[in-house]
Amino acid sequence: MKEKVKILDQEGINRAITRIAHEIIEKNKGSLGLCLVGIRNRGVYIARRISTCIKQIESADILTGALDITLYRDDLALATGQPLVRKTEIDFDINDKNLVLVDDVLYTGRTIRAALDALIDFGRPKSIQLAVLIDRGHRELPIRADFVGKNIPTSKKESVEVRLQESDGSDEVLIAEKE
Amino acid sequence: MLWTKKDLLGLEYLTAEEINIILDTAESFKEVSTREIKKVPALRGKTAVNLFYEPSTRTRVSFEVAAKRLSADVINIAAETSSVRKGETLIDTGKNIQALKADIIIMRHSCSGAANMLARSLDISVVNAGDGWHEHPTQALLDIFTLKEKLGKIEGLNVAIVGDIAHSRVARSNIWGLTKLGAKVTLCAPEMLLPPGIALTGAKTSSDLEAVLKNADAVNVLRMQFERDENAAFPEQLDYFKKFGITEEKLEKAKKNILVMHPGPINRGIEMSSGVADGRNSVILDQVTNGIAVRMAVLFLVSQARETKQGI
Repeated sequence: MKEKVKILDQEGINRAITRIAHEIIEKNKGSLGLCLVGIRNRGVYIARRISTCIKQIESADILTGALDITLYRDDLALATGQPLVRKTEIDFDINDKNLVLVDDVLYTGRTIRAALDALIDFGRPKSIQLAVLIDRGHRELPIRADFVGKNIPTSKKESVEVRLQESDGSDEVLIAEKE
Repeated sequence: MLWTKKDLLGLEYLTAEEINIILDTAESFKEVSTREIKKVPALRGKTAVNLFYEPSTRTRVSFEVAAKRLSADVINIAAETSSVRKGETLIDTGKNIQALKADIIIMRHSCSGAANMLARSLDISVVNAGDGWHEHPTQALLDIFTLKEKLGKIEGLNVAIVGDIAHSRVARSNIWGLTKLGAKVTLCAPEMLLPPGIALTGAKTSSDLEAVLKNADAVNVLRMQFERDENAAFPEQLDYFKKFGITEEKLEKAKKNILVMHPGPINRGIEMSSGVADGRNSVILDQVTNGIAVRMAVLFLVSQARETKQGI
C-alpha cells in the first residue's frame, strides 16, 4: 500500500450520515414502517448511526439489524481464501417494511446482490433501498444506490478504506494506490 | 487464523484455535435454523455422502439436516444394504464415492481409526461421525458448544463425565477438546468401565459420584453401550443405577445450576432418572439443536479448506 489520501474526515462522515438520514425520511415520507439492515461489519455501524440520527429527527425507534452475506457470496466456490462466517441478527419481521440496506463502500455490486438474496430468505419487504457511505463506481451488476454519502471516482488499481470508531478507532475514509 | 484441514477426524488432532474456529462458526450458523426459510446456499452443488457402517439415527439425521440447510445434496448409504455385504473394502467403497464426484464423506464405523485410514486414501473430505472407541468429534464439539453457550466459557470449568467411559468415543473426544480449552475433566465410573491408562489424557478419575457432582459445573452422562462389546463385563443394571445413576436426590447435593448432558439415546432408569432427564438442569435437547449448527460449521469449513488448497 502506497501513500494514502484522506477523502473524508470525522466531520465529513458525520455530515454525510446526517444527510442520508434526512433523505431516507424524505423519500419514505417519515419513519413509519421503516427498518435498517447493515451489512457486516462496517455497514452495521453505519446503519446504527443512521438509526440514531433518524431517532433524533423523528423521535421514533428504528428497527436495525445486521446481515452477514458470506454464505450467499458468488465466489464461495472460487479460491479466494477462506471467508469468515459472522452472525446475522435480524430480530424483527421484515415483511411489508420499507427496508434500507446499508453498506460502507459500493463497488462491483456483488455484495449487494448477495445481500438481496439473503434478505429474500427472511421475508418480503415492501421495498428495499440501498444506502452507502462511499460509491466508488466500477459496477459489475445492474445495481445502484438510493442514498450516497460521497461519490468517489476511482481506478480499479486503487483501494478505498473506510475506518470507523467502532471497529478501527477513528472516523476517516482513505484512498490508496494498490502496489 | 484460517481453517486448513480437509478432514475432521478427531479433536486429538486439532489445536485450541482450530476448535474455537469451529465453535465461532457454529455460533453464526445457529441463527440459520431460527429463520422461516432454514436454508443458505453456501454448499449449493456439493454432494455429501452419509456412509454409516453402524446403526445411527440422531447423528445421521443431524448431519443430513445440517448438509441440507447448507443446500448440499445428501446421499445416505447404510452398510447393511450396500456392496459392503458383497465384500467390498472400505477404501474401495470410498474411492467409488470419490469417483461419483461427491465432495464430503461423513462416516461412522465400528473400527477405531477407520476415518483416518479413509481420509489418507482420498482427496475429498472425510468427517468422522464416530469410529469404534476412538473419537466422535462432532458430538464433543456440540457438547462443548452447549457448555459455552450456557456457562459463557470453557476455561476453568469442572466437567464430570459419568458412566461407560471404557466403550465411549464421546468421552475420549470430550476429554481432548475440554482439556485443550482449559477445562478440568473428571471421569467417574465403576472401575470395570474405566479403561487402563485413561489418566494419561490428563483427566482425573474417581468412583465417588457424590464428591464429583459437588464440584462439577456440568455432568455429561454417557450411555451404557451394552451392544458394543458382548464379552465385556457390565455392572448389574439396578446396582449401577443406585451407585452411578443421576437422580434428583443426588443432584440436590450438587451445584444448583449444574448442567446435565447426555449424548443420547438415554437408557432411562439406568444412567439417569426420568426426572433428571426432563428436569430443569437438563440441556439434552439443546444439545440436539446445537448439533445441527456445529455440523453445519464443520461441513462448511472442511469443504472450504479443500477448495483453498486446490485453488492455488
